[in-house]
Amino acid sequence: MTKYVIKRILLMFLTLFVITVMCFVLIKLLPLPAVREMGKDINLVLMRREKMGYNRPIMVQFFLYLKNIVTDWDWGVGEQMYEGLEIWDVMMQKLPYTVVVNLYSILISIPLGLGLGIYAALKKNKWQDTLISTLVMVFISVPSYVYAFLVQYIFCFKLNWFPLQLASLSQAGSIFSGKMFVSMVPAIMSLSFGVIAGFTRYTRAELSEVLTGDYMLLARTKGLTKAQAISRHAMRNAMVVILPMIFGEFIGILGGSMIIENIFGIPGIGNLYVNSISVRDYNFFMALNIFYTLIGLVSGIVIDISYGFIDPRIRMGSKK
Amino acid sequence: MMDEKNVNRIPDIPKEKFAFVQRSEDLHDEKLQTKAIGYLGDAWIRFRTNKSAVVAFVLIMILTLFALIVPVVSHYSVAFRDGYYKLVLPKNELLAPTGLWDGGKNEQQSEAGYLYLNAIGQENGHSAVMKVYDSFQDATGATFYNIRSDSYRSVGFVFVNLSEAEYKALMAYQDEKGIQVMYPLQQTMNKHFVRANDGANFWYLLQDESQGTTGMPKLDEEGHYIANYLTSDDPQKSGYTSLRIAGDGENGVYYTYAQKNQTGYRVRVDYAEYFQYINGFYASFLFGTNVYGQDIFTCLAVGARFSLLLAICVATINFILGVIYGAIEGYYGGWVDMIMERISDILADVPFIVVATLFQLHLAAKVGVVWSLLFAFVLTGWVGTASRVRTQFYRFKGQEYVLAARTLGASDRRLIFKHIFPNSLGTIITGAVMTIPGVIFSESMLSYLHIINLDTSSTLTSIGTMLSNGKDYLSTYPHILFFPAVFIAILEICFNLFGNGLRDAFNPSLRGADD
Repeated sequence: MTKYVIKRILLMFLTLFVITVMCFVLIKLLPLPAVREMGKDINLVLMRREKMGYNRPIMVQFFLYLKNIVTDWDWGVGEQMYEGLEIWDVMMQKLPYTVVVNLYSILISIPLGLGLGIYAALKKNKWQDTLISTLVMVFISVPSYVYAFLVQYIFCFKLNWFPLQLASLSQAGSIFSGKMFVSMVPAIMSLSFGVIAGFTRYTRAELSEVLTGDYMLLARTKGLTKAQAISRHAMRNAMVVILPMIFGEFIGILGGSMIIENIFGIPGIGNLYVNSISVRDYNFFMALNIFYTLIGLVSGIVIDISYGFIDPRIRMGSKK
Repeated sequence: MMDEKNVNRIPDIPKEKFAFVQRSEDLHDEKLQTKAIGYLGDAWIRFRTNKSAVVAFVLIMILTLFALIVPVVSHYSVAFRDGYYKLVLPKNELLAPTGLWDGGKNEQQSEAGYLYLNAIGQENGHSAVMKVYDSFQDATGATFYNIRSDSYRSVGFVFVNLSEAEYKALMAYQDEKGIQVMYPLQQTMNKHFVRANDGANFWYLLQDESQGTTGMPKLDEEGHYIANYLTSDDPQKSGYTSLRIAGDGENGVYYTYAQKNQTGYRVRVDYAEYFQYINGFYASFLFGTNVYGQDIFTCLAVGARFSLLLAICVATINFILGVIYGAIEGYYGGWVDMIMERISDILADVPFIVVATLFQLHLAAKVGVVWSLLFAFVLTGWVGTASRVRTQFYRFKGQEYVLAARTLGASDRRLIFKHIFPNSLGTIITGAVMTIPGVIFSESMLSYLHIINLDTSSTLTSIGTMLSNGKDYLSTYPHILFFPAVFIAILEICFNLFGNGLRDAFNPSLRGADD
């Protein structure tokens, strides 16, 4: 097991390294935008460019880039936006918004999704199941931004329950304040519809498969009530597959949703990424590319490894 | 043992008692009474019984036809941008008389605003006020009206500059058709109260022109507007020889219809009629227009055509690449598989948004936005198909019938394409169809975020672009968002239902097991 985990992690870093090299080279091949005149910042940016070896060959630049990250945790400075500010600082300042919004959304979605999925599986092929499955189909298919517009129109504009855009930090006081939460509700709702539907579908599929197992019959014959049999045997077995998916979602919240952040004006990571592309700030772009790649890789690994931890029957790396 | 005993017990039977059952014909099985049903035929029978999938398929066909036909037959195009008919509301000529879908808007207007809209109809006979629901006075005594205004007629009049030839042609048109297009110019403009179109709609006198802030018309004793036209004693001032409005020419005072300037003539036209004169039809937008004055109906069809075409191209290319790659991996296995898997693993781990952005930055200027988008989708998209094909090949390649074929001397290529591939076809086709909604969603997301930029294109638009153009008008003009959003939602639902139906048809054992 340990060997498998280590192997996976090493492979992950290899993949990350290859993708980083490709991204870096491709970005360096693009024409570099000139530093805009912003008073004293221009000298700072030019100095940093000198430090990062902008006039040297691309591979030398790449090793300087890696060296700066490893030794000083230095990801460069903003050139076209947040001029002169450290990339890392800006990212850390944006990350909480993304995480908080998505965390709320996941925390709401998990109980709802699991509950609906369990209910649908228990009522399989009855009208309740048909209704839930149909709704799941609709909610999974409809793009999240369509919900966003609907929520914005109905709840923010017509009913006037929530503000159209996220409250600013100065208005709300803190990211965790009640006022901030209220202004986050539309975004949380828009994000949650699809996630709830996903959880429901997954739970229903897994649980209804588990329920047909012979050991469920045995559990009933030895005298357990239906509720006991489901909670002690069916759910535990279904969870082997459902939990890793939940873990994966938790890693995924770091990335967030660019389009939802854009619609509701959430100053998060996704918005930063889109802005870095539109103003061509390649330092931000590069750092965020690594960030997104890493999230994808880590969530993949977490899903795979958690199977082994949750279910001792699964032996990692022994097959194949 | 038993048999032996039994056989021994059989008594002697005389030879004559035996008869041949059959002598004349060769012995063979009875012929099948029904026609054999092939793999695809079988799948089709199962697909047919799945009502939701059939409905979804029909809807997809309808939407596809809409996307293909509308851009060809429509009066409008993506390049069509009308600066005056911008943000007009959806209007259906057939349903307009019923009061639904008539391009009207319920709104509250101040008295000045109400009289302003009313005056347009007073002059050209087409009222911009469709209905007055009620009026009330607020605490300060100001009157307000709840009205339904016609977003097309509210445009009213505009000033246009015509060259001499155009001016003459317009006069000839007026004479020929008997339609008044040009209306008299006004004397002075109230600079303090200019509404739309540089104040071209103020043909009447205003109160308090010296202070000029209210925009209230000055009415005569009977409550009529007082005309404020530019007059002269020359009936043919600026060479105008065409139709005149009622009341013109009384007491030897003639209204002036045009002013000569450096490039030609400045005239004031009824925009609905002028639009008809220029384009040959009256403006009517089924889904309204956006802030650039583009017809949403046509744009939607063009955007949908783009999305569908892109998605089908991507699905086809990914299908071909994935099948070839996956077949090689799965069939040969061993170190070939190992190396190829590592390559596809790395490609699969690159986030799509990163690929799409890098391709846009690098290639958009060289090969165009669309091609670079297609490349981005293809670069990582085939990995999913390949792994699906690989799994199927692992499943089938060890089976007895494949071994039998190999023993009979079938070549690798024959084994792959004749024996293994057809068996995995169902799963692979389903996978390919299932990529289509994903591509449509990703494309609309990228264009929404302006990572791919189609704003400046005169031939192309995308649903995402339309949504991002409309998002600022969510509260004031929701129709800009409504139609594209509903369209893409229906399209996505239909493709998912259709894909599920295909999967159930090809793989009946998976029926109902989502994912």
